[in-house]
Amino acid sequence: MRHELLLTAIALILLVTDIMLKPSQKPRIIPVAMVLFSIHTIAGFFPAQEGILFGGMFRATPLISMMKNVLNVGVLIILLQSYTWLMKEENRDKMSEYFILMFSTLIGMYFMISSGDFLMFYLGLETATIPMAALAAYTHHQTKSAEAGVKLILSSALSSGILLFGLSLIYGSTGSIYFSDVALFYGTEPMQVLAFLFFFSGMAFKISLVPFHLWTADVYEGSPINVTSYFSVISKGAASFILVLILYKVFFQLIDVWQEVLYIISILTMVVGNLFALRQKNMKRFLAFSSIAQAGFILLGMIAGSQLGMTSVIYFVLVYIFSNLGAFGVVSAIEAATGKINMNDYDGLYITNPKLSLLMMLAMFSLAGIPPVAGFFGKFFLFTSAASAGYYWLVFIAVLNATISLYYYLMVVKAMFINKTETPIATFRSDGMTRAGLILAGLGIVVVGFWSQVYEFINSLSVGLLY
Amino acid sequence: MTGTIPLQYFLIISTLMFFTGIYGFLTRKNLITMLMSIELILNSVNINFVAFNRYLYPDNLHGHFFSLIVIAVAAAEAAVAIAIIINIYRNFRSIDVDKVDEMKF
Repeated sequence: MRHELLLTAIALILLVTDIMLKPSQKPRIIPVAMVLFSIHTIAGFFPAQEGILFGGMFRATPLISMMKNVLNVGVLIILLQSYTWLMKEENRDKMSEYFILMFSTLIGMYFMISSGDFLMFYLGLETATIPMAALAAYTHHQTKSAEAGVKLILSSALSSGILLFGLSLIYGSTGSIYFSDVALFYGTEPMQVLAFLFFFSGMAFKISLVPFHLWTADVYEGSPINVTSYFSVISKGAASFILVLILYKVFFQLIDVWQEVLYIISILTMVVGNLFALRQKNMKRFLAFSSIAQAGFILLGMIAGSQLGMTSVIYFVLVYIFSNLGAFGVVSAIEAATGKINMNDYDGLYITNPKLSLLMMLAMFSLAGIPPVAGFFGKFFLFTSAASAGYYWLVFIAVLNATISLYYYLMVVKAMFINKTETPIATFRSDGMTRAGLILAGLGIVVVGFWSQVYEFINSLSVGLLY
Repeated sequence: MTGTIPLQYFLIISTLMFFTGIYGFLTRKNLITMLMSIELILNSVNINFVAFNRYLYPDNLHGHFFSLIVIAVAAAEAAVAIAIIINIYRNFRSIDVDKVDEMKF
C-alpha cells in the first residue's frame, strides 16, 4: 500500500502547490515533482509489508511491488527526459497538469496490478486510461494531438466495454468477482471460454496486439513525444504484468484455450508489427510499430505458463523500458532542439552529435536483440521459456521476425553513421535533466544485461501456474 | 419463481444492446453518436450484472456494486471524452470522423 499512498500524497501536494504558485513561478513545480518522485522511487525498493486488504480486493506481494518498482524507474526516466519540452513557453501554464495526470494514471496502474478482484482491476484500468487520453490531447491547440486524444479515448472506451461484457459473463458463470473464487469455479464451458475471449480482446486493445492495434500508430504519432514514450513503455508494461498475473492465477484451467489464442495472436502481432515498421519514415510511427512487434514477443514468454515464463516477461519488460526509453529519449531530445522527427533527418548525426548517436545505436541494438546488450538476454529468455514448453515452431517464427526487425533497426543506425548529407542536425547540448534521463536509460541497457542478479532476483519472486 | 420474467429475456436484451452498440460504434460517423454507442455497451453490461445477481446469486451483492461502479466510471469517461470532442471541434470545426483524419497509414 506504500506505493499508492505515497504517490497519491505526491499528486495532491503538486495540485495544492500549483494553486499557490503565481504564473511566473510555475516552473518551480518541476524540481519539486522530480525530487518527490525520486524519493518515491527509492522508497519503493525498501521491503514492504505483504498482505491482503479490503477483504481480498487488494493484494501486496514482493512480486507485485517489484513490478511497481520497474514502472517507477521507467516513469522517472520519462520525467527527466521531458524537462526540455516542459520548459517551452506554450506549456508554462499547464506543466503541473502533466505531472498530476501522469501520476494519476500511475496510481491506476498500481491498483490494477495489485487488484485481487475484477472490480478493483476494472477501476484501476479506467483510472489508468481516462487521464491518459487527457495526456494524449495535452497540446490541445495542435490538430494532431487533439486527434490522438479522441482516438485514444474512444477506442479505449470501446475496449473497456468489451472487457466488461466478458467480466459480466464471468460473474454470471461463477458467481464471484474475486480472483481466488473465480479460479476455483472456472472450467471450459462454452460460456466461460466466450467470457475469456471478451476479456482477452479488451486487454489486447490495451497492449495493442494485432487485430486490435489500429489506434496505436495514430495515437503515438499525435501525442507529445514524452507522452508517447509513456504509452509505449509504462502503460504497455503494466497491462502485460496484469495480463500475465490473471492468465496464470485466474484462467489456469483454461490453459489449452489461451495457449492457442496467444499462439495465433503473437505470430500475427510480430509479423504485422514488423512489416508495417519497415515502411515508416516518421520516427514516432516507426517506434509505434516496433513496439507492436515487441508486444508479440512478450506474448511468446507468457505462453509457457511456467515460472520461467513469468520471469522472462517481467525481465523483458524491464529491458524494453530501458531500450525504448533510450530510443525515445534521443528522438525527444532531437525534436525539442530542432523539431525534426523523420528518419532521414538523422543522416550524419554521428558527426555532429556522437553521444546521442551512440545511445541511439545501443537502444536499437537492444531492441533488435544483438548479443552484448540487455535486449539480447530479454529475447533469449522469452525464446527459452516458449521452447521449454515445446513451441519450437513459434520460436522459429519469432527468430525470423527478430531478423526482419534487425533490418529496420539497423536502418536508423545506418542513417546516423553511414549516410552522408550536407545539412546534418547541428550540434546541440541538452540540459542536465534530459542528459540524466538519457544516461540512466543507457546505463540500464548495459547493466541489466550484464548483471545477472537482476534476472535471478526476478526469478526468485516469480511463480508459475497455480494448479 | 413463477410469473416472473425469466433470466434468458434479460440476457437476450443485453446481448442485443451490446451488439447494437458495437454496430453503432463501427458505422456511425459522428463522434457524439459513437460515444452514445459506447454508453449502450456499458448499459448492456449493467443489465447483465444486475440480472445475474438477482436471479442466480441473490445472496451476494457483487453484481449490484459492479454496475454502480460501471455507471460512475462511464460518467467520468463521458466527461473526458466530451471535453476532448469539444477540443476536436475547436481544431477541426467538425465532429465528423471522416474529417478527423490528419494521420493515416
